[in-house]
Amino acid sequence: MLGLIIDIIVYIFLIIGVFFSFLAGFGLLRFPDVYTRLHAGTKCTTFGSIFITGSVIILGLKMWYLGSADGSVLAIHTAGALIAILLTNPTGAHAIARAAHKSGVKPVGAVVDGLDKVNGKTIKYQKEKMEEKK
Amino acid sequence: MIDYFNVYIIVLIALLICVILAIIRVVLGPTAPDRIVGLDTINTIVISSMVIFGAAFREIIYIDVAIVYALLSFISTLFIAKYLEGGDF
Amino acid sequence: MIAFIVTSILCFVIYLLLTTGSGTFGLWSLEEILLGIILSLITGFITRKIFIKKDFRMLNPIRWLIFLVYIIGPFFIGMAKSNIDVAYRVITGKINPGIVKITPDLKTDLGITLLANSITLTPGTLSVDIDEEKNNLYIHWINVDEKKLKGDTVETKYVCGNFEKWVRRITE
Repeated sequence: MLGLIIDIIVYIFLIIGVFFSFLAGFGLLRFPDVYTRLHAGTKCTTFGSIFITGSVIILGLKMWYLGSADGSVLAIHTAGALIAILLTNPTGAHAIARAAHKSGVKPVGAVVDGLDKVNGKTIKYQKEKMEEKK
Repeated sequence: MIDYFNVYIIVLIALLICVILAIIRVVLGPTAPDRIVGLDTINTIVISSMVIFGAAFREIIYIDVAIVYALLSFISTLFIAKYLEGGDF
Repeated sequence: MIAFIVTSILCFVIYLLLTTGSGTFGLWSLEEILLGIILSLITGFITRKIFIKKDFRMLNPIRWLIFLVYIIGPFFIGMAKSNIDVAYRVITGKINPGIVKITPDLKTDLGITLLANSITLTPGTLSVDIDEEKNNLYIHWINVDEKKLKGDTVETKYVCGNFEKWVRRITE
């Protein structure tokens, strides 16, 4: 009975994870510019990965409970992969957004752009420098 | 009790379709940052599918590969972003 | 000296986590433990000045407990909300984006990093850039509320709720 409940939890976790991964793919295709695509590409894949790795962790704990030494290794290493994803994913998104704004990509249809004052001067300076080289 | 192996293979096929959606964005993307966003998404989905592979075939080494792949792909994303940003390293 | 010991212990714990199930000595074999001690001492000696910089505030276990409560409670709820929000916007296509400035009152580097990562994973916001002298954050907001704008600045509580209080409780 307990085994059946754990099976159902694992399947529900897998379905949620796959659904959010699909949402990330469609968001990438549907949104108009870099920043909104980053919203879809970062949040949805991180959330989906939490549920997919979570299902594998539950499977490992179940194997450990049933007396297999492999189960503990599976659960702990998967938790390590989950921590790596959680630490690196938002930092990577931050780096991409910063690089996009510094290389001159404007947000499409923006109501307000507070960063333009800071980066506008350096972008102009870089363009003048490039033209001098030519 | 259904065997886990078949379920994991179905999940892997679904994740493959997500990767194909991201590859369309990498090919279409009008600017370079768009392509990096697609690449970053592909990296995260590949990590979770490696974990699923490890659980389906009961091979722990695949999950170790996933951890190393996560850290290396993070560093490569940072380097491409730094290159686009310009300036000194 | 304290920095050296703390870094070595952290490296040793990570080494033990990555080599579980290798033997009969608990979950580990004796050779792995000896090799782990030697390697973590070397790594701790090399990186002792990089990992901790004259600030031993985070060694307090009560802060770790608050951090765990924060991750499991408000942070996870915020993440679930943000994903449902993104799903709504993918399906309907209603967006009203803009880049705004917030001025959080945090002093440490760790605090501002934690706040920036929390902002990236919570509803409708994504941190773009940071002013390193004044610790101001520039944030891409997917659905700008124009009534709450003052020029290009917004009060912190409209963007990220009560996360600033939690982060201050953890790091300061």
